Amino acid sequence: MSELSEAVRARLKAWTYELGGPGTRARLDKITAPANEFGVDPYGFDLDYTVAATAPLAWLYRKYFRVELHGVERVPAEGRVVLVSNHSGQLPFDAAMIEVALLLEKDPPRVLRALVEKWVPTLPFVSTFMARCGQIVGTPENCRRLLAADEAILVFPEGVRGLNKPFKERYRLRRFGPGFMRLALESGAPIVPVGVVGAEEQAPALLDLKPLARLLAFPAFPITPTLLPFPLPSRYHIHFGEPLRFTGSPDEDDAELERKVGEVQAAVSALLERGLAERKHVFW
Amino acid sequence: MATRTEPITFPGMPRKVLVTGISGNLGRALAKLLHTETHVVGLDRRPFPGKPKDLAHHQLDIRKARVEEVFRRHRPEALIHLGIMHDPRELRSEAHSFNVLGTHKILDLCVRHGVKKAVVLSSANVYGPRPDNSNFLPEETPLMAGERFSEMRDLIELDMYAQSFMWKHPELETVILRPVNIVGPTVRNAPSNYLRLERPVTVLGFDPMVQIIHEEDVCRALALALRPGLRGVFNVTGPGQLPLSAILRELGRHPIPVPHLLVRTLLRRAFEARLTSFPPEEVDHIQYLCVVDGSRFVREAGWVPATSLRDTIRAVV
Repeated sequence: MSELSEAVRARLKAWTYELGGPGTRARLDKITAPANEFGVDPYGFDLDYTVAATAPLAWLYRKYFRVELHGVERVPAEGRVVLVSNHSGQLPFDAAMIEVALLLEKDPPRVLRALVEKWVPTLPFVSTFMARCGQIVGTPENCRRLLAADEAILVFPEGVRGLNKPFKERYRLRRFGPGFMRLALESGAPIVPVGVVGAEEQAPALLDLKPLARLLAFPAFPITPTLLPFPLPSRYHIHFGEPLRFTGSPDEDDAELERKVGEVQAAVSALLERGLAERKHVFW
Repeated sequence: MATRTEPITFPGMPRKVLVTGISGNLGRALAKLLHTETHVVGLDRRPFPGKPKDLAHHQLDIRKARVEEVFRRHRPEALIHLGIMHDPRELRSEAHSFNVLGTHKILDLCVRHGVKKAVVLSSANVYGPRPDNSNFLPEETPLMAGERFSEMRDLIELDMYAQSFMWKHPELETVILRPVNIVGPTVRNAPSNYLRLERPVTVLGFDPMVQIIHEEDVCRALALALRPGLRGVFNVTGPGQLPLSAILRELGRHPIPVPHLLVRTLLRRAFEARLTSFPPEEVDHIQYLCVVDGSRFVREAGWVPATSLRDTIRAVV
């Protein structure tokens, strides 16, 4: 993957600039990643690679999912921040769409660090692709370091339980894990709730072949109308909520922490409800 | 390149330093750097051809009782312990005895003979490359390398023994250095040998970030660790980290990507047939992350590597 020839990379970048609309190139040039002479930051994030790799995702964003954004200005332009979103759609296109949104539609753009599952680094190509695009394994140590460096991280507290839920339970949030709240309290980072409407319908899971999933060491093996979880062109609506600020100790007891986590979950839930109510049709 | 090794100087440099494993490639480089700054006494069971004239060398196995004689005669103020065997072809029991028992004995002698400082060379590889590693491992990370690569257990045991020694003997300043992959013109370790291959095997679809450090920078770090007042466990990083593919490209190599499902089996066959010196467990290093946070040594010792990233890469050839 990293051997994308220069010509292909240049073409892909041009495509990203084109899909991003006028001024995209100038906006993306504002991003200052602390790259070394080999073009990567200490985590392996490669801005040039990312701009090229964004092209097919930007095509999905503009032409396929035709994403509509609501309230992207609520994401702080700088400083540490934790974005907390619902997770759905069998394959994590929701993460990609949120990231493309902040790259192409925000001025100046924000590079989001999505936290990936610990088994992602065992996947060939995917592991390299993720690392070059700035995605990192979601260990607490990594999150602390990124927030201390005033970066923006994207968390899906439902994890794969949300991603791989069956279609009949769509838009019903799984219980949020508390890890992100500890990180927010520790670092003093605000939390921006995000509600993604549309991803649930991209790959409705009719059933989950659990034994096969176990055999392959996958978190799930969903059977969807397209057989493999290739997404349908449902229209995405991404809603960003007002930043929430919490104070307290990251070591406070679980009940208190759960209450705060519940507040965030309620905020995401409210965004989803609004998004579902405002949506006129699943596909357009 | 020659001007790079400006000597490390600080007030309170120990007047006499005993260096074990001095006849190895790293040991010889250290001797060259250190012998103009202080008296160096070498201890190695191998001879030291071409040793500097002002350097006393004792050709002795560190497990032998006669080593005590060296302490009595020279009264070293500090020890730098490099006498660690890494050869994967060496008999396991012999390597284990040499590494673990040898370290016990030599640290014991330091206590008995009033040595004030002991610097033990460990390695950042004690953490082990793992898919779920954080991007920057601090010194507190569990030493998990032995889980998948049993040859690492000697080094882990040695590192942990040195740690417990550090707590048991507060009167003796113990420093444990865990440098990242050491590369350089004279070094013959696995990472350097790998980077010297014209057509190195890589794991298809994997390209982890890698940290390297020049052998001369490691020598400077070892000298810096002698500074009075410094004690503890420190990761030692070089000029930065970059993807493995970028290093191979910089060196003009032509990698052979092998699917991860096959690479270990193939390498095991090749290793057993003595076609390669890389045991299959080494694959983890070109597949997963083992990148460390070196900020503690920077903060507490004022560590700055002298060699640039590009020069460090090119130093293997």
